[in-house]
Amino acid sequence: MKTVLLLGATSDIGQALADKYAKEGYTVWLAGRNVQHMQDIATDLKIRHEASVEYFRFEALDYLSHQKFYNDLPGTPDVAICIFGYLGDQEKAEKELEECQNILDTNYKAAVSILNIVANSYEESGTGTIIGISSVAGDRGRQSNYFYGSAKAGFTAYLAGLRNRLFKHNVHVLTVKPGFVDTKMTEHLELPAPLTAQPQKVANAIFKAARKKNNSIYVLGIWWLIMAIIKSIPEPIFKRLKL
Amino acid sequence: MERKLKNWGNYPEVTSNVRSFDTTRMVEKLCAEEKHWIARGMGRCYGDASLGQNVISTLKYNKVISFDVENGIMECQAGFSLDEVLQLAVPKGWFLPVTPGTKFVSLGGAVASDIHGKNHHKEGSFSRHTLSITILCGDGKIYTCSRTENSDLFEATCGGMGLTGVILSVKFQLKKVSTSYITQKQIKAANLDELLVLFEQYKEYTYSVAWVDCLARGKQFGRSILMLGEHTERSELKGGKAKEPLKVHTEAGLNIPFNFPPFVLNKYSIKLFNFAYYHKNFRKVQQSIAHYDGFFYPLDNIKNWNRMYGKPGFLQYQFVLPLDQVEGLKLIMNKIAEKKQGSFLSVLKVFGPQNDLISFPEEGYTLALDFPLTGSLLKFLDELDKVVQDCGGRIYLTKDARMSKEFFHSSYPRLAEFRDIVNKYNPNAEFKSVQSDRLSITR
Repeated sequence: MKTVLLLGATSDIGQALADKYAKEGYTVWLAGRNVQHMQDIATDLKIRHEASVEYFRFEALDYLSHQKFYNDLPGTPDVAICIFGYLGDQEKAEKELEECQNILDTNYKAAVSILNIVANSYEESGTGTIIGISSVAGDRGRQSNYFYGSAKAGFTAYLAGLRNRLFKHNVHVLTVKPGFVDTKMTEHLELPAPLTAQPQKVANAIFKAARKKNNSIYVLGIWWLIMAIIKSIPEPIFKRLKL
Repeated sequence: MERKLKNWGNYPEVTSNVRSFDTTRMVEKLCAEEKHWIARGMGRCYGDASLGQNVISTLKYNKVISFDVENGIMECQAGFSLDEVLQLAVPKGWFLPVTPGTKFVSLGGAVASDIHGKNHHKEGSFSRHTLSITILCGDGKIYTCSRTENSDLFEATCGGMGLTGVILSVKFQLKKVSTSYITQKQIKAANLDELLVLFEQYKEYTYSVAWVDCLARGKQFGRSILMLGEHTERSELKGGKAKEPLKVHTEAGLNIPFNFPPFVLNKYSIKLFNFAYYHKNFRKVQQSIAHYDGFFYPLDNIKNWNRMYGKPGFLQYQFVLPLDQVEGLKLIMNKIAEKKQGSFLSVLKVFGPQNDLISFPEEGYTLALDFPLTGSLLKFLDELDKVVQDCGGRIYLTKDARMSKEFFHSSYPRLAEFRDIVNKYNPNAEFKSVQSDRLSITR
């Protein structure tokens, strides 16, 4: 039976992925900070899908703990998905170093730290799939969220590099740019409904893309178009826009 | 996030700050941050019951906590829906103990409305099968309550429209079935008198409900089709059905993608529909085996059917009158026929005995019908209220968006007791809705 490791399992996308992979017959390993919450999710999946589920405490910002976390897993997962992220507060981050660092560390450093460990393990075993949840915000820096955006841009570039490195070792790397998703993280924002995906839809798209060995996906097709336009605007014009 | 919110009747619309949670810590934090919340699940109540300034959506709090397959006891978080209960329970030979006409209801909502179904006369409302509830109350504490533990809170929460707090989880007893099918019998009644005799004659059936043509007049006044049902036994199934006796429902087939323009539903189209519906049954008595999805949830097969009533929305009017008030029932149905404002499906049922604190059902006749929202409707419904009031009846809060507080206060005899309990657990009206303000339940 195949196993999936979900890093950041209590997020909305994490929960939706857990449900999807459990439904598809995978053994699901949840990793996150809130043990009680993971226990509730695990119980639910066991009853709903008669799935095999375990959960492990994982602290994304405690980089030094990552190796031990990975070594302590009951085995090597077939699929590892890095979901955790922190949207943060753009304006606060402009003024306060702590918020700024929190955004950069969670979305970039922590993700890189844990995926390095997974990548080395997969390279050695010559098999595996790594999936990183990046963001459309990383496609181009905009004044409204460039801390989050730049961290995700770094993460996207990291995943591309990883894909390049691991291809010859039969390891697949998938970059996911979900666009707006209706989650707890975005609940306070006013998101346009046609551009906003439900977490279940994101999970289904990821599962499908991983099976088809896609390299990079937008969940809603419309986002490809939007980002193509945003990326194509010349910088002299772009810098004058309110985006 | 501030957004415009309305329930199933598309009336009224309010601007609300909607938040959701998926851990108890999160909901506690939300409630501490802001005052005046009301919990909301799938928004399937029709009126203004789950609308308010601050709305806590339970939809992300939707995990199953336990399922004892041996004894049919399930416990779920409040955002878990009846649809999901069926998906889990039916393949194991269990069914909902009570179900309304839609499966798209959250368990929290099922408790807060104390839902009833076609088996009310035999098996009561949902609270009869609810073993225990956990709830975050207005005093900031989480309580477990049942018929024996914090029983005042339990009574005020079942049918209490969310005014005691946010229901967090519900533990309930399922019903054993050997198939997912219903053996149904449909009997045509030429008029209301005949129907009431049939109800009495067939009261031993587990499920019974009648569709009534509220527009027919004269000799055909109250012509109807009585629908009766029993869970089908394994031995009754043949062919394909026998191969998969515990088949679960599938997803809806049709969708109404936008609001219909107002002229689609008019007195002629509604009359035509009712005529056709009555005459589709050629024989006086028809018997068949139907899947539970078709028997209980015919409208669930059309996603967003409420859009048929167009942008202005509609009001569903559901009242109950004591058994000795048949004349009152006739008077109301006459007024509706005169007004020519009947709806597609007017549904009549006989409730069994029940005398709860604030729950709607009580022994008598209950009639539910939809009216497209028009200028003269509100005044007309006030007229009907008057008759209901004179007959000692009352209106279902889950469907209500407009009754007067005077009528409400005079028709729910145990309201004072209910308010005392609400004040005990929700002392500063931390939980209140547009409806509870309109009806002066919360200060």
